[in-house]
Amino acid sequence: MTDAIPLIETENLTMRFGGVVANDDITFRLREMELRCLIGPNGAGKSTFFKSLTGQQIPTSGSIKFRGQSIAGKLPHQIARMGIGIKTQVPNVFNGLSVREHFWLAARRKSMPKELQRTVDEILELTRLTDAAESIVGTLSHGQRQWVEIGTVLAAKPELILLDEPAAGMTDEETYRTAQIIHDINRTRAIVVVEHDMEFIRQIAKTVTVFHRGRVLMEDSVDAVLADPRVRDIYLGKKVAA
Amino acid sequence: MTTKTALGLQLAALAVVIVGIALVPGYVQIFTVMQLTLFASMAVLALSLAFIWGFGGILSFGQTAFFGLGAYAYAVTAVNFQDSTPAIVMAVLVPSLFAAMLGYFTFYGRISDVYFGVITLTVTLILFNVANSTSGQEYHIGRAQLGGFNGMPAVPTFNMPFNPSAPLYPEQGWYVTAGALVAVYCMLRAILAGRFGRVVVAVKENEIRASLLGYDPRLIKLLAFTIGGGIAGLAGALYVNWGAFVSPNVFSLSLSAQIIIWVTVGGLGTLLGPVIGAVLIEYIISSIGSQQVVNANLVLGAVLLIFVLLLPKGLVPTLRHLALEVLHRFRKPAAPEAAPPAAAQPLGSK
Ligand SMILES: Nc1ncnc2c1ncn2[C@@H]1O[C@H](COP(=O)(O)OP(=O)(O)OP(=O)(O)O)[C@@H](O)[C@H]1O
Ligand SMILES: [Mg+2]
Repeated sequence: MTDAIPLIETENLTMRFGGVVANDDITFRLREMELRCLIGPNGAGKSTFFKSLTGQQIPTSGSIKFRGQSIAGKLPHQIARMGIGIKTQVPNVFNGLSVREHFWLAARRKSMPKELQRTVDEILELTRLTDAAESIVGTLSHGQRQWVEIGTVLAAKPELILLDEPAAGMTDEETYRTAQIIHDINRTRAIVVVEHDMEFIRQIAKTVTVFHRGRVLMEDSVDAVLADPRVRDIYLGKKVAA
Repeated sequence: MTTKTALGLQLAALAVVIVGIALVPGYVQIFTVMQLTLFASMAVLALSLAFIWGFGGILSFGQTAFFGLGAYAYAVTAVNFQDSTPAIVMAVLVPSLFAAMLGYFTFYGRISDVYFGVITLTVTLILFNVANSTSGQEYHIGRAQLGGFNGMPAVPTFNMPFNPSAPLYPEQGWYVTAGALVAVYCMLRAILAGRFGRVVVAVKENEIRASLLGYDPRLIKLLAFTIGGGIAGLAGALYVNWGAFVSPNVFSLSLSAQIIIWVTVGGLGTLLGPVIGAVLIEYIISSIGSQQVVNANLVLGAVLLIFVLLLPKGLVPTLRHLALEVLHRFRKPAAPEAAPPAAAQPLGSK
């Protein structure tokens, strides 16, 4: 049964930077097609966790398995080819290339030549960048670049999509659209979303994992998590009260 | 429609250039033909760095390492076989393999850009010293005496393919050299328009993003660097054919620096620019060389300074920008048209 094997599974994952323990003994499981939100205050270790999952850094200890296969010793491009795509917190785009080239480069690996053009056009449509298709990405606004990166990740059609603060810097309307898109792609893909915007979390979340000081504080349904006094505590002064 | 027009213009420009190359020997003296041949071989060398630096983001301070290896590989093979056909092949092959090896250790060894620059510089210096210290009788490859700092005189020049008894006349040497320049230019344009070329540029733009999309930056850089090495090697063969002579100066650091200046002045990130930069600067240097009033290096320094300060993007990008601006003014009411990836302009300015 493939259902028994989690899509991604970490065991006792620890990442130290000198004296800082950014991830401390994290055990995390995600099923196929699951949508998970990852929250936690600044410095909780969310981005560090994503970096270990995508091979951008080598964890100090612990294991990571993608569909039962260990990713230890694999480089970012090899992990990407296994089917993990990420939108990083700090925007990672090709500033000198056009929007269309981004989606083309991303889609090329998985799409047959015949459907490549269609995939690119679909993603342009989805991200509402059709009119900016030929624009050089370096000249676009921050919000648009955010969409370019999201589109680039989607065009690659990964099995697991990691989104690190996708709605940062977006207008309310755009944030709402992002939530719609996440729901949409979640019909066929598993997604993990890191966000600080609790309104956004409410819009999309089923299960929420809370990170705090590098550890998993709790993991539960969105209502349970947002009602939990510990979560309120660590987020004191944040939007969670709203 | 617009891309079709652009392609048409480019093909027209290419035709004009080819006709120009064909007509040159009929209109200028043999001395000028020879000089243009030299410029064309330098322009091929410029293209090698234009590609790896401008599109691959790999700044090699030692592009002459491959140029020199190509020159020596050509000379040694030509002396041994008395036929330029295998010699040209070796001139491309040897530097390509050397670039692949060097690239493997540096890119797969995750050496930083700064150290990469230092390594290419050092390798060039080492090759220069090695070539310099081969003056004894014992230093020979087959029948080819390497000759140390004196170099190798009387290297056979190009002949008809597989026909050593039919050497090429200087005019024919010009056709071959200018033809090689056009061919390399077109090949690089084709590469850049294709799948591989786009990935090369993507890796230059953002290595992390490229790898997160499943592209291996090490491999892409290695391949680009190897192509650049092969082109530089070809330029070396063209250069030896021009002078029928090779010496350790083909490895000189001052030539390495000049290549960087050609690319900077002509325009980093274009192919046409470095070609024009090479021809222009070589022309200036050779004009100054024949008189004693001003020092060539001084002029070179001044040219570089002016460009870095006033036209930091280089000649071709600046002109292209101006041209587009003017075009825009003229058809203001029309819908703004996307700029073609590269302006259609003739290859050389001869
Ligand atoms: N490369 C690094 N070197 C040293 N310390 C690091 C490094 N990367 C992260 N850290 C530290 O690890 C901790 C976790 O950082 P991380 O970026 O994972 O937090 P985060 O949960 O993503 O926070 P934010 O919500 O602000 O993005 C922080 O204390 C950070 O300073
Ligand atoms: Mg973060």
